[in-house]
Amino acid sequence: MATTTTTEVTIPFVEALAAYEPVLGLEVHVELNTATKMFCGCATEFGAEPNSQVCPVCLGLPGALPVLNEKGVESAIRIGLALGCEIAPWCRFARKNYFYPDMPKNFQTSQYDEPISHDGHLDVELEDGSTYRVEIERAHMEEDTGKSLHIGGATGRIHGATHSLVDYNRAGIPLIEIVTKPMVGAGERAPEVARAYVAALRDIVKALGVSDARMDQGSMRCDVNVSLMPKGADRFGTRSETKNVNSLRSVERAVRYEIERHAAVLASGGSVVQETRHWHEDTGVTTSGRVKSDADDYRYFPEPDLVPIAPSAELVESLRATLPENPALRRRRLQSSWGYSDLEMRDVVNAGLVETIGETVAAGASPAGARKWWSGEVARRANAAGTDVVPYAASVGVTAAHVAELEGLISSGRLNDRMARDVWDGVLAGEGTPTQVADARGLRLVEDSGAIEGAVEKVIAANPDIATKVRDGKVQAAGALIGQVMKELKGQGDAAAVRALILARLTGAPSAE
Amino acid sequence: MPELTRADVAHLAGLARIAMTDDELDRMVGELGIILESVAKVQQAPIEGVEPMSHPLPLTNVNRPDAVHPSLSAAAALAGAPEVDQQRFSVPRILDEE
Amino acid sequence: MTDLIRLTADEMADALAAKDISSLELTRAHLERIAAVDGGVHAFLHVDGEGALAAARTIDERRSAGEALPRLAGVPIGVKDVMATKGLPTTCGSKILQGWVPPYDATLVTRLRQSGLPILGKLNMDEFAMGSSTEHSAYGPTHNPWDLERIPGGSGGGSAACVGSYQAPLAIGTDTGGSIRQPAAVTGTVGTKPTYGGVSRFGLVALASSLDQAGPCTRTVLDAALLHEVIGGYDPMDSTSIDAPVPPVVEAARRADVSGMRIGIVRELTGEGFQAGVQKRFDEAVEHLVDAGAEVVEVSCPSFTYALAAYYLILPSEASSNLARFDAMRYGLRVWPSDDASAEQVMAATRAAGFGDEVKRRIILGTYALSSGYYDAYYGSAQKVRRLIYDDFASAFERADVLVSPTSPTTAFRFGEKMTDPMSMYLQDIATIPANLAGVPGMSVPSGLADEDGLPAGFQILAPATRDERLYAVGAALEQRLDAAWGGPLLDRAPTLASAFSGAMGSSYADARDGEGR
Repeated sequence: MATTTTTEVTIPFVEALAAYEPVLGLEVHVELNTATKMFCGCATEFGAEPNSQVCPVCLGLPGALPVLNEKGVESAIRIGLALGCEIAPWCRFARKNYFYPDMPKNFQTSQYDEPISHDGHLDVELEDGSTYRVEIERAHMEEDTGKSLHIGGATGRIHGATHSLVDYNRAGIPLIEIVTKPMVGAGERAPEVARAYVAALRDIVKALGVSDARMDQGSMRCDVNVSLMPKGADRFGTRSETKNVNSLRSVERAVRYEIERHAAVLASGGSVVQETRHWHEDTGVTTSGRVKSDADDYRYFPEPDLVPIAPSAELVESLRATLPENPALRRRRLQSSWGYSDLEMRDVVNAGLVETIGETVAAGASPAGARKWWSGEVARRANAAGTDVVPYAASVGVTAAHVAELEGLISSGRLNDRMARDVWDGVLAGEGTPTQVADARGLRLVEDSGAIEGAVEKVIAANPDIATKVRDGKVQAAGALIGQVMKELKGQGDAAAVRALILARLTGAPSAE
Repeated sequence: MPELTRADVAHLAGLARIAMTDDELDRMVGELGIILESVAKVQQAPIEGVEPMSHPLPLTNVNRPDAVHPSLSAAAALAGAPEVDQQRFSVPRILDEE
Repeated sequence: MTDLIRLTADEMADALAAKDISSLELTRAHLERIAAVDGGVHAFLHVDGEGALAAARTIDERRSAGEALPRLAGVPIGVKDVMATKGLPTTCGSKILQGWVPPYDATLVTRLRQSGLPILGKLNMDEFAMGSSTEHSAYGPTHNPWDLERIPGGSGGGSAACVGSYQAPLAIGTDTGGSIRQPAAVTGTVGTKPTYGGVSRFGLVALASSLDQAGPCTRTVLDAALLHEVIGGYDPMDSTSIDAPVPPVVEAARRADVSGMRIGIVRELTGEGFQAGVQKRFDEAVEHLVDAGAEVVEVSCPSFTYALAAYYLILPSEASSNLARFDAMRYGLRVWPSDDASAEQVMAATRAAGFGDEVKRRIILGTYALSSGYYDAYYGSAQKVRRLIYDDFASAFERADVLVSPTSPTTAFRFGEKMTDPMSMYLQDIATIPANLAGVPGMSVPSGLADEDGLPAGFQILAPATRDERLYAVGAALEQRLDAAWGGPLLDRAPTLASAFSGAMGSSYADARDGEGR
């Protein structure tokens, strides 16, 4: 798909980093998985018929009033606590006033200078084994907007559209916006830090059970602020805000791109424009959106239709008691229980697979098997599709139960490793469960001992020289015989069983059974 | 107190999304000037150190349980819409901003 | 038959309960009265004869079946057009909402329906409740039943004129800075602004959320109490609703007992700036209360002198945000300035065409007061003044059980008199505004006719938050004594508004009618 805007100049990442220190700021919106919206009792089902989950409140009809969702507040506090934030003993909602057709009241009910939680941190682990501490400025409550379909322009883009169609089902769904303090000192690791932070945040909200945190469905969305300052400088440069960067991979790429672009602007003596930018997943570039101006005067004031929130110390402590284990500590515990090396564990974490592997092991798979199946072919395909493993797996309908089932087919002796790979391909292609695929493709280890013995006899008879070597104690020579027997069995033999049978026949060693 | 200028009013009208003719702007500058002069009196009150009050009720923590209530039917939701298409509110083209 | 409409709501309820009359008869009598006089008064923006008669029939059937019904069941009522009514047009007196039919009922309207009050229709008001004369209604003004050349007060002029001209015994008003009390004062009727949070705001189209409060508009204090009891009480749909029983207003109105009560005269709300006849009737009313056993104290609320300024910053600020939703996207008017206009341009053109001058003025003022760089100086300062006023009330209520003042500084003025000078219009609410800023309840009862013009003046009573019953005790005591002194209710002295008007329907009225029923 062609982008209408011209590509901007960039300079290579390494050169950019040689001259400038990147400063990042991430704003992540997490959509809570409450049953109802933030301020009304409308359901929050994803994918419902347009405008079927709306009422006078979330449609902003004249006269309607908001009433706060208790679970929304509790989820906000739990997120704050999990990020080590202070919970405000008293805070309010504010109105953020600006006009936009997808916003029914033309103000967003949000929090301004009184967020429910503030001043926390999140330690993220990087590939080189080091840890980077992301300081959290605030995590506040707000509401989502409706969704627009743009009609008449190129492929659904807002630019060039003749009109738009708005569905307000999403309007009023609770959001928690988590804002970092400026992240400095990451240097060339900045793109990785950004990605690792978003992955860690996703793990936390998922572990808390407060959000599906599906970036592909928009239940977790990320805005990336990037600025550069010359090495050794102590004043931040002008930042750009890249909106809606919606996969872990894109977060990393967008940060990298913006660093390269800013560096090119600065190196040529120009100055970076403070503006909103759009991320293009397809081309891997950002393009200029709207220039920030004094028109962004949101005229915040305390929302008079809602009363202040004053969480009691008892409530906060009772919510603290419900916090799941810290994901970093938990990862260390899981690593040791799963027996993964540091490198293996890091790969799993970076791929966002901790929860998935946990589910897979819980479903009965071995940790080694779970890691092998999730981080192998699935990861490769996800990467090729330009997305992350978890959403990719969801999009093709592959589940933890599938992996466990596949593992079970191996350990029960029905499939060997090579057959299992075939079966997995079939599952990824949407052909059904592992058992269904194995059945459909006729994949099954030969269990007829007569057939195996027949093949062994046949191969020994056909290779007297090799047989003699084996008899004489050169056990490694048996490999050639095993290969031929497997060929006789059309690959559907159990190699270990075949080996045992050959050795028993030629050396008198006891067979496996 | 700074005088409210015609440009200020034009800017405010833009923020408030109200189209105004030149005549209206001229009239508004005059009227608002008088009103502002009068309301600026609040600054002369003995308000130093006074806690602002945004609401007359001392209530806190008014919440509702996270329980689903019936929504409007889509037909009822869309009944008042100036234009409807594909069960959605049809709105004029949105300029490329944010 | 015509005498039916001159009964009080309490008497109507008695007659209905005794089955002396049916709700159908009573409702029909009021519809006939509307047909006869509203051409001249123009209290109604929309009359729902069919709906009212159907509701009346249902109540009559239930009563015949022996069902125990709420006290006011079968007594018809008019509702200010600022309350959302399912299936009935709701315009707020604005062109921008012309033809809008809400898909839901305000909680207050639900309570009226559940209590069996047939809704006669929707009542005229200043556009979005901004004004003190109903001259800012996009559908033409309402006329004062005492003198059709004069304003009926505002914003709820429709509600006050409706009960004042016997088109309904009861009406719903809303009061953000005096919009129930000032119209009551200038039409010789009774109006209560309950404690903020005492009556649900769900479905009340917000002007200023922290100030708005709906309440009863009636001809007697007891009728106001009966209606207050129906509409008051906790509503989980309004976060600012008080979770407590309705104060014992009916009992207080029936007892009308002020013996031993300390009545505080607010120094800042009397004397200078108040019309001589208004002040005189006020002073006499105080004497009546003393005769009834009350004690008078003088109190000072020095911050009240800043109330008007604070109010005209807080109200426009909240209103600028509340009225942002009228943008032509989801409901109401849509104006295309050109065929290929953008959403932003359509919004701006629609709001330019759909809002009247006063609404635009206040939106711009509020936008300014909230904008960055000016927030602290205007909105912030106003909020601090609000605190001072709240504190002044608190000290005053330590010395007095209720506070009193004239409701409005003047009697009804002539149409057009204050339209070119917004500040002079704003001064109409000088005595009523402090109650809204502090959230305390207030009531206006007739104090008599001003000597200089023979027009009604109002007596305002203010009580501490949640002590609304005190308004009714004082109001009823005063009403008893004044009625006795006058030899009957003040409204008996109002023109009878013979049906001569039926042919003289104003053109603005016809315009409004044209805009309905689609």
